[in-house]
Amino acid sequence: MDAPAIAARGLTMRFNGFLAVDGVDLEIERGELFGLLGPNGAGKSTIIKMLTTMLRPSAGSARVWGYDIKRERDAVRNSIGVVFQDPSVDSQLSGRENLDFHGRMYGMDRKTRADRIAEVLELVDLTEKADVLMEDYSGGMQRRLEIARGLMHHPAVLFLDEPTLGLDAQTRRYIWRYIERMNEEEGVTVVLTTHYMEEADHLCERVAIIDQGRIVALDSPERLKDLIGADIVTLEVDDSVTDEQVGALSDLEGVEAVDRAGSTLRLSVDRSEARIPEIVLAASRAGLLIRSVTMHEPTLEDVFLKFTGKKIREAESAGAGRMAAVQSRMRTRRH
Amino acid sequence: MISINIYAIYSLWLREMIRFFRLKSRVVGSLAPPFFFLAFLGFGFGSAVMPAIPEGVGYVSFLAPGIIGMTLLFSSTFGGLSMLWDREFGFLREIMVAPVSRLSIVIGRTAGGVTTAVMQGLIILVPGLAMGLQIPGLPAFLLALVFMLLIATTFNSLGLAFASRMKDMSGFSLIMNFMVFPVFLLSGALFPISNLPGWLQTLALFNPLTYGVDGLRGSLIGVSSFPLALDLLILAGSSVAALSLGAYLFEKSDVE
Repeated sequence: MDAPAIAARGLTMRFNGFLAVDGVDLEIERGELFGLLGPNGAGKSTIIKMLTTMLRPSAGSARVWGYDIKRERDAVRNSIGVVFQDPSVDSQLSGRENLDFHGRMYGMDRKTRADRIAEVLELVDLTEKADVLMEDYSGGMQRRLEIARGLMHHPAVLFLDEPTLGLDAQTRRYIWRYIERMNEEEGVTVVLTTHYMEEADHLCERVAIIDQGRIVALDSPERLKDLIGADIVTLEVDDSVTDEQVGALSDLEGVEAVDRAGSTLRLSVDRSEARIPEIVLAASRAGLLIRSVTMHEPTLEDVFLKFTGKKIREAESAGAGRMAAVQSRMRTRRH
Repeated sequence: MISINIYAIYSLWLREMIRFFRLKSRVVGSLAPPFFFLAFLGFGFGSAVMPAIPEGVGYVSFLAPGIIGMTLLFSSTFGGLSMLWDREFGFLREIMVAPVSRLSIVIGRTAGGVTTAVMQGLIILVPGLAMGLQIPGLPAFLLALVFMLLIATTFNSLGLAFASRMKDMSGFSLIMNFMVFPVFLLSGALFPISNLPGWLQTLALFNPLTYGVDGLRGSLIGVSSFPLALDLLILAGSSVAALSLGAYLFEKSDVE
């Protein structure tokens, strides 16, 4: 059997004693479209940087396409394409010149380059803009060109670090389509990071949820959402809630679980649309003053909440603090 | 194991060429200061008698090789430091993630930076010729070209070495003002270093550009303070030393 596209064991990154990535084990199959989902500062980009040989892990190891990321760096680099989170094009060169530069760096000859440039430009619908300077590209076009460039040399694995960060909703959908298309047409294994729930849900066959440098859950989006099970009914009530009141609600038929956070109650309910009246009645009988009722089908956000006890936005602000801490540590390290 | 990737070196060199011919305003901008030095100092001091300039050599002929040296110094140091821009705008990552040895990257960048610097040196030769500089012949010109290559290699590599140690652009003007300007003024480009007080003369002897300017003068106008072989030897040594230092520090530097 072929080795998996990626196999990581205890992958760890420590910046001056601060654990950015904490013993990550990960296996990604060949041909998979895999997502690392988590708030900013959770360690996703650091994982990508280690897997793409841009950072040496402090501990642990990983193989990419069968090659060791510490000992066989050039073989790893030959097997991967990378689309970085921040722009990485030469803005004084045209799209075609950027691709041509890339092809030569990977040892492709003139004819192979010309054919391949036509192919990848077609894939991201940029054929007509090929000879425009990068500085005249829009943000979305630039992103598409970087995706085309990442594919240029037929990598086995393509890494995309936050591929749709800062793009508008329509452009984001286009990028999703290109990513799906190249995963299908080129058979390339795709590993992407994102902090957009709907992006991971829409695109990825399997998702690893990352928080504070650890993988807290890993499965297909459907199976992860199945862990939540039923729909989520959220009740906003007036006062704090007593244990008896929670008990009254969880005894109801079809209510699988009740989570309480201050004056918010989150109920997992099977076939919730038919049960909302009963729930509201029961809540009133138990003496709860209801301000609002909302319901939705489970999302990855609920999964994240279940495994980390916080919403991704809250984790985001905490994560941003973590990032600032890393950055200031790295600055002190540099000077 | 040291590996050299010819395609990658060519790719990096070609990129510098495309940028050089595309960013004409930048080239014009960087050629303006040496041109003004040549024109105004040349006309201003043209008829004055400068002490220690050998008999029969006009100031313009004396000055023109110095100004070529100045052009090479500024443009090649700038070329080496331009890695800072690549880091700032993210293109360095694209270079670093490719399956290409660090040494090939250094060679490719240096080849590009040296070529553009020498082209600028040749451009500034033209007004020199118009103002009365006379080149003895083709061998003299080719020898001058060798000196230009060595000057550019030395300072391009030093620029790369500095850029590898700096994490952002803030050090750039510091290098230009506190390294490049003194190196220029202490090289004998504008006046013979024998006019300087003794301790400054000693300092000038540690400046590679001193030998570069002397070598250019020796080949272009046939007058030099040191034997040309010595100039050549010292400059070749400084090129190798600077290139090794640049390659070493670049290898050590982080992308992130």
